Amino acid sequence: MTVTSVDAAGLGRRRAVGLVAPALILVTAFLVVPAVWTVYLGMTDYRLTGIQAANPQFVGLENFRAAIVDPDFRNSLWLTLLFVLGSAIIGQTVAGFALAWTLRSVPRLVRGGVEALVLLAWILPSSIVAFLWVAYLSGDGGTLNAVLQTTGTEWLLEHPMASIIVFNTWRGTAFSMLLFSAALGAVPPSQLESARLAGAGTFAQLRDVVLPHIRGHVLTNTLLISLWTFNDFSPYLLTAGGPNHASETLPVFIYNKALYGGQLGYGSAISFIMLLINLIIALFYVRLLRERR
Amino acid sequence: MSARMRASVKTPIRARSVVGRLAIVAFVAAAVAFWALPMLWLVTAPFDAHPGLDVSWPDWTLDNFRKLSENPYAFSSLKNSVYLAVGTMVGVTAMAALAAYSLSRVRIPGRNTILYGLLLLSSIVTGTAAMVPIFQLMFALNLIDDRSGVILVLTGGLLPAAIFILKDFMDATPKSYEESARVFGATPLQVLRHVVLPIVRPGLATIAVWALVNVWSDFLTSYILLRDPTKLPAGVVMYTFYSEGGQANLPLISAFSLVYALPVVALYLFVNRRYGFRFHGGIKS
Repeated sequence: MTVTSVDAAGLGRRRAVGLVAPALILVTAFLVVPAVWTVYLGMTDYRLTGIQAANPQFVGLENFRAAIVDPDFRNSLWLTLLFVLGSAIIGQTVAGFALAWTLRSVPRLVRGGVEALVLLAWILPSSIVAFLWVAYLSGDGGTLNAVLQTTGTEWLLEHPMASIIVFNTWRGTAFSMLLFSAALGAVPPSQLESARLAGAGTFAQLRDVVLPHIRGHVLTNTLLISLWTFNDFSPYLLTAGGPNHASETLPVFIYNKALYGGQLGYGSAISFIMLLINLIIALFYVRLLRERR
Repeated sequence: MSARMRASVKTPIRARSVVGRLAIVAFVAAAVAFWALPMLWLVTAPFDAHPGLDVSWPDWTLDNFRKLSENPYAFSSLKNSVYLAVGTMVGVTAMAALAAYSLSRVRIPGRNTILYGLLLLSSIVTGTAAMVPIFQLMFALNLIDDRSGVILVLTGGLLPAAIFILKDFMDATPKSYEESARVFGATPLQVLRHVVLPIVRPGLATIAVWALVNVWSDFLTSYILLRDPTKLPAGVVMYTFYSEGGQANLPLISAFSLVYALPVVALYLFVNRRYGFRFHGGIKS
């Protein structure tokens, strides 16, 4: 990076540091301190109530050992993997790309309408959309049962994981759609045209012309939506992790164990594991971002 | 290769394009159904005299909104949401603008490390992953059940990405304007206020809207940090309306959802008309 940054505004280093300071202080207090604190708390038997609340003991790696053998934790890790794989890596990516690809060749008005629906699903407050889905999937007159002629099926109780995976695909596809339509806009139309004249079908065009151009976008998109889905708390609003832990993804597991169940030490250890997984995904992403600048 | 061979066999292109059109129409129809069906309830139930969980042509009434206005928590929760959203928006926009400006213009040692470090940090330490230590921290600071505490936590979480995006906007503004202003004797802070801020206004608007929508729909932070029902924002009150035992009060819930959703819909329409909902340069491959 060549820096010819003559200080045009004449701020001076000292004033510049002063302007950055408020932001840095807040970020340190509410992002750095909690992250470091997790490491410490995760090694104690801290609880919300009882003796351990007043006088927590240092227990070393005991919480992590307990986590490895805890069937609920392992179940939750597996469900989280299913959730990310099903709703983000497959659901949102495929739906987002399919929308971006097809909406190029429909009338403007239709395009605008479909995009508005997908975007609204993305930006409406989570507790509203959660209730909309509770009503939609309800066995008591829910619209899905009316459409599929499956009267009385309680989707959230009978198929909780499938429900939250479809829900999150519905909720989050907008981002992939926007990213891929920006990416497709950068594919030279002349190349698509000549592929079409050479008789390439849709699939061949996608594989040979489009994919090489948008490979970077696909990677960016996958990393970001995986990170967000992994950290998504909205399954809690639909099922609260139930019935009987059947849809308890990691964030919900932490909430139920630590803040509802009061096991703050154990919950912190799990939080730390989550932070590590986030770190791995984010490192990939930041490296990608730096390479492309 | 295979493509070229097929061209020589002379596929009836006309027939294939008809099939292609039909496939597109079918896909778009399926997508509309998939995205619209769950939202229908939000349009019909609030105006139905006897709303159930089903979607049906409403038995028109505005009575649900009267019931809503009589509920003690509904109005206060919307006020709380406005307070949290506006407070966070002002804090994030102001602090991010100052930080982004000086990071863009002055060579502070380790500038790039700070920027990427910040971005990395905010993607890792999310509200969900860090809910336990954040709860602990606020407990230690005696900020549980305090709305300013929620604003601080949300601001801290949104700042890094806001700084990152705003720095791009600041980098793109020509430095010659500032230099001329300096020649005419403006102080650095006058330059910032009268020259730089007006130029980056679209960037500031982006950050402000983004922060507003984020906080307006936030659930978890307030859910873990606030106790007193009169302090809860709309997102949490909405959840308590339908999760607390007993028969869900559907007239209340439906009217409340609509009122709580409307600002977001209005903001969407505004942004869409004014700027268009597209990624331009912001997120590059």
